[in-house]
Amino acid sequence: MAELTDLTAEEAIAAIGAGEVSSVELTEAHLARAESDTWHSFLEVDRERALAAARRIDAAPERPPLAGVPVGIKDALSTKDLTTTSGSKILEGFRPVYTATCVARLEAAGAVVLGKTNMDEFAMGSSCENSAYGPTRNPWDLDRVPGGSSGGSASSVSARQVPWSLGSDTGGSIRQPAALCGIVGMKPTYGAVSRYGLIAFASSLDQVGPFARTVRDSALLLQHMVGHDPMDSTSIDLPEPIALPSRERLDGLRVGVIEELMGEGVDAGVRATVETALAAMESLGATLHPVHIPHAKYALATYYLIAPAECSANLARFDGIRYGHRTADAHDLLETYERTRSEGFGPEVKRRIMLGTFALASGYYDAYYGQAQRVRTLMVRDFDDIFSEVDVVASPTSPSVAFPLGERTADPYTMYLSDICTIPMSLAGLPAMSIPCGLSDGLPVGLQLAGPALSENRLFEAAHATELALGFDTRPGGTA
Amino acid sequence: MSDTRWEAVIGIEIHAQLLTATKMFCGCRLSFGDDPNTHTCPICLAHPGALPVTNAEAVRLAIIAGHALGCEIPERSVFHRKNYFYPDLPKAYQISQFDEPICGPGRFRYLSDDGEHWVGITRAHLEEDAAKLTHTGGDGRRAGAERSSVDFNRGGTPLLEIVTEPDLRSGAEASAFLKQLRQTLVQLGITDGNMEQGSMRADANISVRPVGQAEFGTKTELKNMNSFTFLERGIGAEIARQIEILEDGGSVVQETLHFDPVTGDIHSLRSKEEAHDYRYFPEPDLVPVVPDRAWVDEIKAGLPELPVDRRDRWRSDLGLTFEDAEVLSESPELAAYFEAVASEASPKSAANWVRGELRAQLREVDQEPWESNVTPSALAAIIGMVEGREVSMPNAKAVLAEVVEHGGDPAEIVETKGLGAISDDSELVALVDRLLAEHADQAQQLRDGKDKLIGFFVGQAMKATQGRADPGRVGELVRERVHSA
Ligand SMILES: [Zn+2]
Repeated sequence: MAELTDLTAEEAIAAIGAGEVSSVELTEAHLARAESDTWHSFLEVDRERALAAARRIDAAPERPPLAGVPVGIKDALSTKDLTTTSGSKILEGFRPVYTATCVARLEAAGAVVLGKTNMDEFAMGSSCENSAYGPTRNPWDLDRVPGGSSGGSASSVSARQVPWSLGSDTGGSIRQPAALCGIVGMKPTYGAVSRYGLIAFASSLDQVGPFARTVRDSALLLQHMVGHDPMDSTSIDLPEPIALPSRERLDGLRVGVIEELMGEGVDAGVRATVETALAAMESLGATLHPVHIPHAKYALATYYLIAPAECSANLARFDGIRYGHRTADAHDLLETYERTRSEGFGPEVKRRIMLGTFALASGYYDAYYGQAQRVRTLMVRDFDDIFSEVDVVASPTSPSVAFPLGERTADPYTMYLSDICTIPMSLAGLPAMSIPCGLSDGLPVGLQLAGPALSENRLFEAAHATELALGFDTRPGGTA
Repeated sequence: MSDTRWEAVIGIEIHAQLLTATKMFCGCRLSFGDDPNTHTCPICLAHPGALPVTNAEAVRLAIIAGHALGCEIPERSVFHRKNYFYPDLPKAYQISQFDEPICGPGRFRYLSDDGEHWVGITRAHLEEDAAKLTHTGGDGRRAGAERSSVDFNRGGTPLLEIVTEPDLRSGAEASAFLKQLRQTLVQLGITDGNMEQGSMRADANISVRPVGQAEFGTKTELKNMNSFTFLERGIGAEIARQIEILEDGGSVVQETLHFDPVTGDIHSLRSKEEAHDYRYFPEPDLVPVVPDRAWVDEIKAGLPELPVDRRDRWRSDLGLTFEDAEVLSESPELAAYFEAVASEASPKSAANWVRGELRAQLREVDQEPWESNVTPSALAAIIGMVEGREVSMPNAKAVLAEVVEHGGDPAEIVETKGLGAISDDSELVALVDRLLAEHADQAQQLRDGKDKLIGFFVGQAMKATQGRADPGRVGELVRERVHSA
C-alpha cells in the first residue's frame, strides 16, 4: 500500500473498510505530518482528541460513512473545547462552548478532527499573511504564500497532513488558495452549508466548503455537511443529495468562458494553462462559448463595500466584555472598547471595519452600501442571463500563481485584486470550484468552474471529468 | 407674558415585552427574578459564529397586536441591525426593524368620558431587549459607579415597539390612551403590561405650538415613564417647561429627557458623546418574515372582542355608563363575570353590585369575583330578590356575605335564616303603628315637620324585624300613619 498520507479520503475509507488499516493508524500517520508542521498549516493540533475519536470509531460495531478519516478545520469554525481564534489575537486562547453545525455533522458522519488550520485574521486576506499567528507557507514553494484566507486548510491538504479539510469562502477564500496550492476547493451555493458556528466575516457572502485532492473527495465531504439547519435561517436544502461524480465525458455540456476574466490582469502563463484545460474539456465533448458579465468591472468595488460593511457589525461583538482579549489598562468603558480593539485586531481588519463603518454611515449609506447592493442585484441578473445559454462558466481561479511572501502586503489594493476572478460568483451566491489544471513556472494554476445556484452535482461532474482528462499530479515538488 | 395660546403635540412610543416562552432569537426561556445569567446561550451572549433565529410565536403575537391596533400587516417585513456599543448589547447591535416593520400604519380607537377618540399608529415593530445593567457605588448610574454588572437573562427578550402619530394633546389624553392600549394588549395575551417591572415602557415625544399653527414645534423625548400617573404628570411638566421657554423668547432644544416623579424635575438624559449614528442595515443572518396571508386572516378572524368594542356594546345594549364599562372591562375575567351576572339580572344592577358590594366584600377576603364562592348565578339571584322586594337590601348584603363565606344558594339561605322580606303589608302597618305609639315624642316632632325622624322609625323597624322589613315601604307607612294616628 502507498504511504497512508498519500491516500485520498475515498481510498482511505476503502482501506479501513477492507480492514487494511485502522482509523487510529491513519490518524497517527497524519498527526505525525501535522505536528512536524513545516508549512505552519495548523494553529492547533489536538492529538488526544483526534485519537480518542479514531479509537471510538474503530471500536464501534458499525463503521460510519467517513470511517474515521482525519479532517482539518479552518480556525474560523467554532469547535467545542478546541481553541478557536479565527486567526486573531482578540480571540487568543478562546475555547468555544459549542461546535459549528457543519463540523458536528462531519463528526457524526465519522470524520476525525485533527486540528485547526491557519487563516488570515477573520478571513480577511488572500495570502494567509494576515494571520496574527504568522503566515502559512505554500507546499510548492516555501517562500510563497498558499493563498487565503483559508491558506492553512489548503496547504494542509496539499502537504498531505490531512486528505481533506474545511475552509470558508467569502470572496474566494477557498477557491484561490486551492488554486495556489494545486488542489480542489469548492464553495457551495450560498445557504447549502449551515453557517452556524462559522465566525462571521461577511454574513451574506460567507460559505463553508471542502478542500480535497480529488473532486470526488470534495463531493464526498460536502455530501455530509449540506442541508437546512434550524440554527441558520439562511440555510437551505438542496433539491437532491450530493452524488459522487463518475462520468468521464462532457458531451453536450455548454461551457461559457468568461471573457472579462481571460484578458487583462490575468498572467499570460495562467491564461495559457487555463486555455489548455478548456481545450481538454472540449475534447471530452463540451462546447465552449464566450460569455460576458457586463457588471464584472464593478465586482471588486461592490465586494469591498458589502463585505466590510457587514464585517464592521459582525466584529463589533469583540469588545472585551464577555470573552477574548481585554485590555489590561482601561479606566472607563470607552477606553476598554478602544484599547481592547486596538490591541486585538490587526491592520487589515481595522482597515475593513473602518471602511464598512463609513459605508454604512448616515448620509453615505445610499451612495455606498445601498448602491453596492443594487450592483449586486445586477450581477445576479448577469449570471441569470449567462445561465440561460450555458450550463457552467469557466475562468482562471486566480489571476496569478502563488506569489512570494511579503510581495503584496504593503499594497492592499494589489492584494484585493487576487480575488477578481472569484468575487463575482460570491456576490451572486453561486456554487463555484477550483481544480488544478496545470503548472505555470512550476506552480499550480487553478481552473474555476461555476454553475447556477444549486447545480452542485452538475458542477462536480464537469470538474471530475476534466480532472481525469488533465491528470494533474497534486504532489508538490519536494513533499512527495 | 404674551397672550399666545399654546397647544401640545404628543406622540407615544411603547415598548411591550411579549409573552412568549422563549427569547426573540434563541431558545432561552424568559424568566424574571432568576439568578443572573442563568438563561443564556451562545446566541444571546453573542458568541463567535452564533446566529439568530426568529421566534415564530413573537411574530404571531405581533400580528395579533397589529390587528388590534387596526394596522396593516405588510406582505413582508425585514429585520435590521441597529449598531451601537454598550455592555448590555452583546452583539453591539440590536436586531430591530427599520423601514419594513411587521405592522404598518393603523388607527387605534379608545373611549373616554367625552366620547370616542382615534390615535394614528405609525407602525409596530419587533426587536430584542437589551440585557440588564446594575451599577453599584456612586449614585446608581454608570458614570461614577464602582462596579457594573450585566445580567443577560433579559437580553434578547422579544419586544413590540408601537409608535403613535402625534395625535395626542395632553398628558391626560396620553394616559387615557395608554391605559386602554395596555388593557387591549394584556387582554389579548400579548404582554403582561407590568409597567413597574418594566415589561411595558412608554416614552413620549412632546412639542408645543401656538394654537392654529400647522407646523410642529421642536420636540423633546421624555423617557421611560413607568406608571400612568408619571406619564400624565411628566408630560404636563414638560409641556409647561416648553411653554415657559417659548414665552421667555427662548427655543426648545431637541433632546432626550428624564422626568423625576419625586421632585417633579426634568433633566437631560443623554449627553452629546452618546449621540448615535445607528448605521442601520438589513440583518443578513435572517430571512424576511413573509407571513402566510391565510394565516394572517385567520388570526384576524380569531380575535376575541376587543375591550373598546365590548365597552361600546355595554353602553349601547346594556345602558352602562362610561365609567361602569371602563371599570368592568379591566380584565377579561371580570368582564366575563359581569356579563354572566348581567345575563340573569338587570345589567345596571349587576354593574352596581359587581363594582360595589361584591368587590367590597371580596376585598376583605382578598379574592376576585371569578375565583370566589359567589357564582354569577348566585349574585344574579340576590339581585333578583332585592328587585322583587323579597329581601331587603341589608339582608341581601348579609346573604351575600354568607355566600362569600360558605357558598350556597341565596334563596335557601334566605329561607333557612328567615331573612325574607315581610311581604304582608298589614304586618308592617301594625309594626309602624306600634312604634309611633312607643315613641310618641319623636312622632310628635315628626308631625311638627322634623322629617329626619322618618329615618329613626325606619331604623327601629329594621331592628324590630331583624332587617326583614323593606325600608322604603316602612318610610312610606311612617309618613302615612303618623298623620292618621
Ligand atoms: Zn439564548
